[in-house]
Amino acid sequence: MPTIDEIQAEIVEDFSFLPEWDERYAYLIELGQKMAPLPEEHRKEDNIVRGCQSTVWLHRTCNDGAVILQADSDSLIVKGLAALLMKVYSGQPADVILKADLTFFEETGLNKHLSSQRANGLMAMIDEIKAFAVKCAAGEA
Amino acid sequence: MTFEIDKIRSDFPILASTIDGKPLVYLDNAATTQKPQSVIDAITDYYTHYNSNIHRGAHHLSNQATEAHEKARRTVQRYINAEHADEVIFTRGTTESINLVASSFGQAFVKPGDEVIVTEMEHHSNFVPWQMLCERQGARFRVIPFDANGDLRMDVYADLLNEKTKIVAFNHVSNSLGTINPARKIIEMAHQVGAAVLVDAAQSVQHVEHDVQALDADFYAFSGHKIYGPTGIGVLYGKEKWLNAMPPYQGGGEMIDLVTVERTTYNKLPFKFEAGTPNIVGPIGLAAAIDYLDQFDFAEIRAHEDKVLEYGRERLSEVPGLTLYGDSQHRTSILSFNINGIHHYDLGILLDTQGVAVRTGHHCTQPIMTALGIEGTVRASLAVYNTRAEMDALIEAIYKVRKMLGR
Repeated sequence: MPTIDEIQAEIVEDFSFLPEWDERYAYLIELGQKMAPLPEEHRKEDNIVRGCQSTVWLHRTCNDGAVILQADSDSLIVKGLAALLMKVYSGQPADVILKADLTFFEETGLNKHLSSQRANGLMAMIDEIKAFAVKCAAGEA
Repeated sequence: MTFEIDKIRSDFPILASTIDGKPLVYLDNAATTQKPQSVIDAITDYYTHYNSNIHRGAHHLSNQATEAHEKARRTVQRYINAEHADEVIFTRGTTESINLVASSFGQAFVKPGDEVIVTEMEHHSNFVPWQMLCERQGARFRVIPFDANGDLRMDVYADLLNEKTKIVAFNHVSNSLGTINPARKIIEMAHQVGAAVLVDAAQSVQHVEHDVQALDADFYAFSGHKIYGPTGIGVLYGKEKWLNAMPPYQGGGEMIDLVTVERTTYNKLPFKFEAGTPNIVGPIGLAAAIDYLDQFDFAEIRAHEDKVLEYGRERLSEVPGLTLYGDSQHRTSILSFNINGIHHYDLGILLDTQGVAVRTGHHCTQPIMTALGIEGTVRASLAVYNTRAEMDALIEAIYKVRKMLGR
């Protein structure tokens, strides 16, 4: 499995081929739409990430010390962002997630372009993933 | 001065900006308005030439700053037609003005079993402080609903009013629907049962009638930054009879008369409610903004804004699958909408890529969204400098987004 840094480098490269912002958003939306659909039973209250303008569902499981993630959102752009986070984090060992630096958001320029991170809930998603990684690493998940 | 839109646009330097190479179409004026050069100059002039603490300095600069600050109070007094300048209290903004009244009026006049009335279309800043007051005092919190057009249910209001009603708080213009509420009628009805009335004028003072004596408002609150002035400055107007009867909001310097170990006596109005070194430059910038507006006949401003609004509504209603929220016959400046199958956040972000600045979400009016059964809207909000051409740009951008998303 590629490392978190390798995956992030790949994301940054993919975005670098798209100079215009509408192309970048179209790509982001496509990534979200290609993501495996979240099974209906996981669209529950417990999986809703707070602090977003849109509704985000984040399903977390811990498998032998690795964090497995599935997500969905009613906003196509937020779903695309979630898809990027799934690419980066899902399947990685919990202790690796906790140590990793998230750099792709800045390096793609997405941070400057998407209005506030509070509105899109990206920070809230990352916080939820890390909080779960702590439990997973401690064998409590 | 005659109302010429090109000249007005050139008075606001930021309007010439481009966003990613596209001309800025600024339609987020209900959140904050842009500033004319005269406001920017007034602020710069203060810091460049006469920055100083006010009211007690023993030197030239302090006198000059005090004079400008107090002149600004009289400019506000004139604009809202307050009877006395000392009825104009400077605050940080509408939110602080409302919290001041909820706290001080509440402490003096709202007792257990009393009632407070707000509306279902309030901004959270004119909803939560009253809810908190009612919890604190054991008073009853009552809410006037709105109908399908976005008009207040005045029949329900009439039923809610009674001799236990101590204060009624409502927005003159809704920030989410653009409804102009029947302020004179609401106030008159409240006064018939002896209740005081606070008008949240954050979205009205720059667009519609703003004469506190004609309205007979007991309290009137607005923010400088939504009327082309700086952020961090707001106004609370209150009738002298109420302000004199209310306890101070915060303690500190400026608000005192005499302080001893035994007790403190308070300063006269307006200083009783202005503890600490105030925002000195804020009122100076706000007065420059009011002077800017006062160059024009207000009726012309209103007519221009209405013309652009009605054109925008007409163009938006042509877009397939678009729902406009708020259909009151009395309306101003707000275009709140959703498009079937497109999330409001996605639409807002994708409009931004085309230089069109709007706001998305619940606009701090969750009770409205709950009543409409939606999570949020896209809101385009207008100011004096917006044009029909910008409405065309908005529509064109919306069609591009629809195409991009296959809708």
